[in-house]
Amino acid sequence: MADREIALMAHLLRRAGFGASRDEVEARVAQGYDNVVEELLNVGDGPGIDEDLMYRAYPAYFDKVAIETGQTEWVYRMINNRYQLQEKMSLFWHTIFCSGDNKVDNARTTAIQIDKFREQGMGNFQDLILMLSKDPAMLYYLDNIESHKTAVNENYGRELLELFSMGVGKDGELNYTEDDVKACARAFTGWNLAPTIPVFPYGRTPFEFRYDPADHDHEDKTFLGETGPWNGEDIIDIICKQPATARFIARKMYDFFVADEPPVPSWRQSQPRDLAAINTLEKAYFDSGYEIKAMLKALFTSDFFKSDSVHYAKVKSPAEVVIGTLRMVGHHTAPQPGLFFVAMEPKYMGMDLLNPPTVEGWHTGAEWINSGTLIDRINFAAGLLGDTGLPGVKSIIGRLMDRSDSIPPEEFVDGCLDLTGPLTIAEETRSELVAHVQAGGELRHATDSERENFSQRTGEMLQFIATTSEFQFA
Amino acid sequence: MVATNKDPVLAVFSLSGGNDFMNTVIPYTNPLYRDYRPTLAVAEDQVVPINDELAFHPAMASLKKYWDEGKLAIILGVGYPHPSLSHFRSMDIWATCEPDELGLIGWLGSVLQEIDPKAENVLTGVNFGRGLPRSMAKDGVPVASVGDLSSYGLLTDIEETGQRDQALDLFGRMYSPVLGRGIVNDYIRRTGLEAMAGADILGTAPGKYSSTVEYGNSAVGGYLKDMVQVHNAGFGTRVLFTTAPYNIFDTHANQAVGHSNLLMDISTNIDCFMADLREQHISDNVMLFFYSEFGRRAMDNGSGTDHGTGGVAFALGEHVKGGIYGEYPSLELGKLEDGGNLQHNVDFRSAYSTILERWMGMDAKPIVGGTYDQLDFL
Repeated sequence: MADREIALMAHLLRRAGFGASRDEVEARVAQGYDNVVEELLNVGDGPGIDEDLMYRAYPAYFDKVAIETGQTEWVYRMINNRYQLQEKMSLFWHTIFCSGDNKVDNARTTAIQIDKFREQGMGNFQDLILMLSKDPAMLYYLDNIESHKTAVNENYGRELLELFSMGVGKDGELNYTEDDVKACARAFTGWNLAPTIPVFPYGRTPFEFRYDPADHDHEDKTFLGETGPWNGEDIIDIICKQPATARFIARKMYDFFVADEPPVPSWRQSQPRDLAAINTLEKAYFDSGYEIKAMLKALFTSDFFKSDSVHYAKVKSPAEVVIGTLRMVGHHTAPQPGLFFVAMEPKYMGMDLLNPPTVEGWHTGAEWINSGTLIDRINFAAGLLGDTGLPGVKSIIGRLMDRSDSIPPEEFVDGCLDLTGPLTIAEETRSELVAHVQAGGELRHATDSERENFSQRTGEMLQFIATTSEFQFA
Repeated sequence: MVATNKDPVLAVFSLSGGNDFMNTVIPYTNPLYRDYRPTLAVAEDQVVPINDELAFHPAMASLKKYWDEGKLAIILGVGYPHPSLSHFRSMDIWATCEPDELGLIGWLGSVLQEIDPKAENVLTGVNFGRGLPRSMAKDGVPVASVGDLSSYGLLTDIEETGQRDQALDLFGRMYSPVLGRGIVNDYIRRTGLEAMAGADILGTAPGKYSSTVEYGNSAVGGYLKDMVQVHNAGFGTRVLFTTAPYNIFDTHANQAVGHSNLLMDISTNIDCFMADLREQHISDNVMLFFYSEFGRRAMDNGSGTDHGTGGVAFALGEHVKGGIYGEYPSLELGKLEDGGNLQHNVDFRSAYSTILERWMGMDAKPIVGGTYDQLDFL
């Protein structure tokens, strides 16, 4: 199997999912790149995990009373969902359509929002944004429940335009005016919650959407140049046909799946890193009638996605560090103790799932890294990759042993880098690793004690690889 | 400002989950207390009175001596206007002093930046626990988060010391600057070396410490002991922070036993913290402030108590003027807030302002976002 094909498939699986073991990467290469893309895009009927098994092992996931329960369930799904892109898209929308449980304070409602991203995340953008506008966690988080015919609260109306669909500006121009924000907010008056059930003594009940026509502003509104008695649906209709919306989603997608873009507030002034790529995605958006799946297909089959220059060009998010490492070593692939502690790791690394810091979401790229989070990232990955009892690590050891009776230091280091990536590291770093292996003596595996030594030194080498700066990239 | 022999150090301990004010400082002679708490009222002959009206919960007996010494200040009825009953929101408000919008800058983050604007010492602020607490968050402010000091650092899974030293040595060489890997890669390498430097320094703390004090075997005991070790080591750390893990003070059910155990845990360990500082002769410049994001409902629910508003905070230290600050909120039905919550009468930003101005010697206004009456516990 050609190294290039392996590298490309590993890249696809890291971006369209949370990575894979080497065994899976090779099986996917055999399937053919385009077939794998099709499989990722076309989610089958029913869930991609054995839900009965999960609920039997973790009954608390069924009725998530605490945010930690929702986080743990999601981490389990991200590790195990065979429709990996489904989970990646849920995460994608979660990083854009932010509702934080610190304000909603109803973990079940917040987690249900993620379930909806899972169901609809690859569907039509117009449907998605309509769903979002009726989502109880969002209505609560952005105060639309406080927005009334006689007293408009602009919070949701503004963020819908600024952070969820159009962005402030593009090509140096503003995408909308303050009057458009007001009109948008007025159109969503009456989009509220049904009376909520008191929390105690029976625990939290999910919030439900309710439209109250009596509290809706039925007067004419002018929004982006169109005048009429617009309701929320009409506003969404107008938003979806804007070139700014296509640009916004395209840039978000490029940033998430291809390479880190500058932060959103600068998008009005800053040109995309790859304008031709953005134009390709914009075209797919309009040609398909706003289908997200069509944009994803255009993205994953494009040359700009496949290009070597974007492999490992993104800093891993904490979710990618945690889930990616677990998938590489084959841990928590079925219910087992310890999942809770693993699921808290993204939070320690600065990504408290279901609880983004603000409506703007997490700052990504290099901003994921500080001295505290880097220690957590390195220790987490090194701890797992150094565990020679885990299936993925065992498989790497086996593959290295199969190469020859005595493996030279350079080939050993390159083999480990290949099997954990393939990953390319700075030549200076590689030389240090080779020197370290040389100092440890010959690597043979004829006897039990040699095999023991071989395994232990492979685990150690994988730990070193987990500490490299290059391992921090996806 | 209080005069200390060395630079003042602020230790902050968050009793996260909403500590039940009424069963911490108990209005034991108020008949309404017993009316409201048919299940949870502590018997009058068991409480630890501090005056004719108020008493500590019996599990807090170990802190009574600091009250008697005049080193423990109790701030009654602490809170903020338009209280949020959400743990996370309320914690964020205490952390950022931003009750009306979602704030991102922690008050202690601002304190750290004031002390060390160029971030020259990576250990000016140390958190004990995992992750970065919102209270210490601010762009450009490095904070070390120490889950367990005895095993803090890089590659802690490597147990054999010689092997780990070798690994760390290699790590240092692997992270030395290289050309042509891009600015983000350079940044990660620089951060890695900083992290290793911080960990190296912190790792020397246990070697500089020996004590006869035996802390309780709990997460809180571990964190408070680690705080003393870091302070003792003299790294220039000025802010120490920790949190009771997992919102554990959220006692909706089975509170009689649960809350008593929690108060026992924090009281005995705070006693150990103070006794240890004194044994090391390093207590003069430390003040411990402990608080919770809100109090709990006046009426019990038959098993526990639900989220409330007005709460209690404490300040403990050699230079603290012990006593009662603020007033116990009225328990009269007409004076409770919606649904039976105690009204606050001291804004938490008053307590912060007092600490910042009189202990840390800083202008409180930009940090807490306004001018608040100071209290006289310092």
